[in-house]
Amino acid sequence: MKCPGLVSEPAEFRGEITVEVSDAERMPEVCAAARTELGFDYLVDITSVDNYGEDPRFAVVYHLYGYGHLCWLRLKTFVSEEKGELPTVTGVWRTADWHEREIYDMMGLRFRGHPDLRRILMWEGYPYFPLRKDFPLAGKASDVPEVAFTSAAPLEGGPFVTVAGGKDAIAREPRSRVPEGEAPKD
Amino acid sequence: MARAEEIKFKDTAARLAGAAAFSGPPPAGEEPGELEGDRMVLNIGPSHPATHGVLRLVVELDGETITKVRPEIGYLHRGDEKIAENFTYTQFIPYTDRLDYLAPMANNVAYALAVEKLLGIDRQLPPRCQFIRVICCELARISSHLLGIGCYAMDCGAMTVFLHTFTEREKVHNLCESLTGARFTTAYTRIGGLSRDMPPGWAEECRKFLNEVVVNIEETETFLTRNRIFMDRTQGVGVIPRDVAIDYGLTGPNLRGSGVDHDLRKTHPYLVYDQLKFEVPVGTRGDCYDRYLVRMEELRQSVRIVHQCLDQLPGGPINVPDGKIALPPKEGVLTKMEELIHHFINVTQGVNAPPGEIYFGHENPKGELGFYINSRGGGTPYRLKIRSPSFVNLSILSWLLPGHLLSDVVAVLGSFDFVMGECDR
Repeated sequence: MKCPGLVSEPAEFRGEITVEVSDAERMPEVCAAARTELGFDYLVDITSVDNYGEDPRFAVVYHLYGYGHLCWLRLKTFVSEEKGELPTVTGVWRTADWHEREIYDMMGLRFRGHPDLRRILMWEGYPYFPLRKDFPLAGKASDVPEVAFTSAAPLEGGPFVTVAGGKDAIAREPRSRVPEGEAPKD
Repeated sequence: MARAEEIKFKDTAARLAGAAAFSGPPPAGEEPGELEGDRMVLNIGPSHPATHGVLRLVVELDGETITKVRPEIGYLHRGDEKIAENFTYTQFIPYTDRLDYLAPMANNVAYALAVEKLLGIDRQLPPRCQFIRVICCELARISSHLLGIGCYAMDCGAMTVFLHTFTEREKVHNLCESLTGARFTTAYTRIGGLSRDMPPGWAEECRKFLNEVVVNIEETETFLTRNRIFMDRTQGVGVIPRDVAIDYGLTGPNLRGSGVDHDLRKTHPYLVYDQLKFEVPVGTRGDCYDRYLVRMEELRQSVRIVHQCLDQLPGGPINVPDGKIALPPKEGVLTKMEELIHHFINVTQGVNAPPGEIYFGHENPKGELGFYINSRGGGTPYRLKIRSPSFVNLSILSWLLPGHLLSDVVAVLGSFDFVMGECDR
């Protein structure tokens, strides 16, 4: 591949080849070369790893495969937390579209030049990036759009039905509601 | 109350006059030109019978023709990858049931093989374990394709096929129940083995099922393959050319329907697939009908594989002998020191994986289910990424659907045979 000084020596583990790309800015160039010159026509997956506490913090991992030679290749590049941005490879493989949206949604890395960089699994307007290591497993409170609770449905009521209104989702839950005729706790 | 003959209907001229008075006379000297209709935005799903789960499609229509499609996913997102980072490798196995919940045993096998690849023991599994795992994968494929074809036929208006294939699918679940203890949430594999061996008489039950399902497949074929209505609904609809299928990363029957001869069981054989005889069907035109034909043929090939596995099924242990990976036998734990220590460490800390990163792709019924595991050593993955086939397969919709009629949406979605459980993870 004609990228001198840009890619590292291939490392092998369990029969898989990993190549590190030193400059994330030149990722599209490397990917285009991998596709056209090396025949990696199938982008299996793009994913990201949060190396929390290290610098650069984020690793972006590309898995490539070629239907012509039936070989896998893993490309790896790093993005620092303050930058948090790298160019898109949607111009090389169109399947990169949703993978990059997922990384943006879950890890908060922005892909410059992406045609439609929106959240994909979480809702639009969600303030956090759940796959970061500093996000707790139990989740954080956020303002959920009040879609399901805006007004009372005609069949609303009963001890096992979530009520409309209320301060937050916990207050609407039937478990936290005080049954009628009982004194409220504390 | 007025009797019918007493009701006076206005005659046509009077009705026309009334209508003209209501809407006002047409402007004089102005011909009604080309109707410039506004584009209509139609919301299909997230709860709609044709979307097979909670997929939402925001469709922009010009008349009945689709001009733009925006798929919205994530309604079933449960954060499986985050959960995996906080669990030991063994604890995560039940979560893999909930990925493609129509083929849970195939997911179990895929995940176990990925972890075993990280541990470096994927080639040292006992032969009996490997054969039983292949049987599991292929039964899952039969079950998944029976559902896929049945639901697809129902989407296209043929109710009978659905009931017909579900009769056989029920038998697969009975087999699953006697093998694993659960019909859907099987959690059958363990790292380095299986949770239990086959019960006595299971192989005969399985053979009986295989002989029955072949008849059922033939009958389903007579229902659909030369059915004029089904052919009209599916032929030439949703055509994906070979290069576009590769560009969008399609896998499984959807890729092979477009004529790419690629099956991970053939190109990168894992378990004992290299010892088994089977064919990989491929389509020629890449339309919905071809994807259906590929699934139909894969059903027959799966039956063939399970037959061979049952014929060649060896005896012996089902777990690797290393107590640091698979739980040691119970009688050993109760009587010997070393086994007790292994049991304790294995349950509390999990298997001790080396640092490193691996990707393992598995040919699931829906396509390539891949697990990328980034390990820093110890019993839990540092990062586990699930490359789910349905997620990638659905990303082509915004390219594929524009230009089709609204009624084709149902035919195209059904032909993709996706599951939102693994799409949203």
